Amino acid sequence: MSFTETMTVNMGPQHPSTHGVLQLILELDGEIVTKAIPHIGFLHRGTEKLSEHRTYHQVIPLTDRLDYLAPMHNNLGYVLAVEKLFGITDQIPERAKVVRVMLAELTRLKSHLVWIACHALDIGAMTVFIYAFREREHIMNMYEKISGARMTSNYFRVGGLSADLPDGFEKDVRDFIDMMPGHIDTYEGLLTGNKIWQKRIMGVGNITGEAAIDIGLTGPSLRGSGVDWDLRRDNPYSGYEDYDFKVHVDDGCDTWARYKVRLLEMREACKIIRQCLDKLKPGPILADCPKICLPPKKNVVNTIEGLIHHFKIITEGPKPEVGEIYQGVENPKGEVGFYLVSDGSPCPYRMKIRPASFVNLQALPQMVEGRLIADVVAVIGTLDIVLGEIDR
Amino acid sequence: MSEHAAVAKLKGKFPDTVLDVVEFRGETTITVKKENIVEICSFMKKDLGYNFLCDLCGVDYLGKSPRFMVVYNIYNIATKDRLRLKVPVEESDVRVDTVSGVWGTANWHERECWDLMGISFNNHPDLRRILMAADWEGHPLRKDYPLQGPGREPYQGRHK
Repeated sequence: MSFTETMTVNMGPQHPSTHGVLQLILELDGEIVTKAIPHIGFLHRGTEKLSEHRTYHQVIPLTDRLDYLAPMHNNLGYVLAVEKLFGITDQIPERAKVVRVMLAELTRLKSHLVWIACHALDIGAMTVFIYAFREREHIMNMYEKISGARMTSNYFRVGGLSADLPDGFEKDVRDFIDMMPGHIDTYEGLLTGNKIWQKRIMGVGNITGEAAIDIGLTGPSLRGSGVDWDLRRDNPYSGYEDYDFKVHVDDGCDTWARYKVRLLEMREACKIIRQCLDKLKPGPILADCPKICLPPKKNVVNTIEGLIHHFKIITEGPKPEVGEIYQGVENPKGEVGFYLVSDGSPCPYRMKIRPASFVNLQALPQMVEGRLIADVVAVIGTLDIVLGEIDR
Repeated sequence: MSEHAAVAKLKGKFPDTVLDVVEFRGETTITVKKENIVEICSFMKKDLGYNFLCDLCGVDYLGKSPRFMVVYNIYNIATKDRLRLKVPVEESDVRVDTVSGVWGTANWHERECWDLMGISFNNHPDLRRILMAADWEGHPLRKDYPLQGPGREPYQGRHK
């Protein structure tokens, strides 16, 4: 007589392939997952509550710590939201916009490098991890040059940038971008034709386009299900409408499709960065809105107006009109949105972050239920989650 | 500014439920009565094509009546159009019907809204805390919840 019962297994929160502190409670029938329940919140820091007690300028460093693999994108989403709230979107200088796009795309490369490294490592292809982290190191060095920090950059400001690019930075970027397509070929050479890799990800983590929209998937995870939607093209921000790039879509609906989409996105990012370098002209990096944007340091120490504006912005903070706005940006992981409610005071009355990873993780149970437990690791990798953003 | 096309259609289909329409920075916010929210959302999704729920959250207007607003940021992937629906919720009856039957993604958003803002959702399939611990007391994003957390000295910093 045979006797069967399901077994409950805890995966995480200290499991290396859960990409942070994600806990999954898996109900297993042999090796088949019958039920998966994600538990999150271990990294909750109350970013939204904190932001209600800070001025609009003081919130920027908090946003670095959401998706800490793509801090510039979070900064960008937030400053664009604040600029929209203050109504100064059309006053951002051209140079600031181009630099923002360039760094946003570098950040996309950085984030996707971590994705390919960890995704491959989880599945057992260790070499890619070492190569991808080597390239990521270059981007971290560039971060350090412009902002002094390797991860939490805090570089964008409401109205522009905190400082101009250092000397020689453009050459660094150009050298890096010239090398990068070759590196992507290397990753593809290590993975795409690899039989083990194919077996582990082809037909795994399937989700149809319709189901993906219903559950709220965004970014490459959605485009891997054949839905042609990219905010950079469809609701352009920061001058994205002026760049020539292609949005890659694959209707394979599985982990393999999402793998291909992300690799193509990395190549597109290189193209966009090259266009940025060609567009980059000397010019101001901060909007001329002295009541809202921090004045350049030169003015603070040399002019009385600059000093007063600086003092007022730091001690009191600029006050927007009463209103509410939503600004979404295409992060490497999907749509990150900032919903800001202003009551006319210098602090946001309410800031709601729409995190991409949080919503993407919600799709995990339906992607793994009925599949092998080993596929759970592949699906976590393909959803490309960051717990800092999920838990906020 | 001309009125958003969806507003007229919504008013035509559900007269008396549209309480307020606000245009700000090119974005349209429609406040509707909470009784019809599920029908309105189904209408927005099926007939007007707003097939994507970007975000759902609660806002606490402490001291005003009604105290809470539940905000739905919705998006139409075909026309690339954003719209915002808002539903007032009284403090005496802090509950709204769930829209997780309309957009599956609302499930976790509503759990978060319950967890942090204390707005409960009728007929929700799985209304548990999501970010805070299961035995946590209180709802941290409410305006009367202390920044420093319960049982500690109140925050003395910035005065608005």
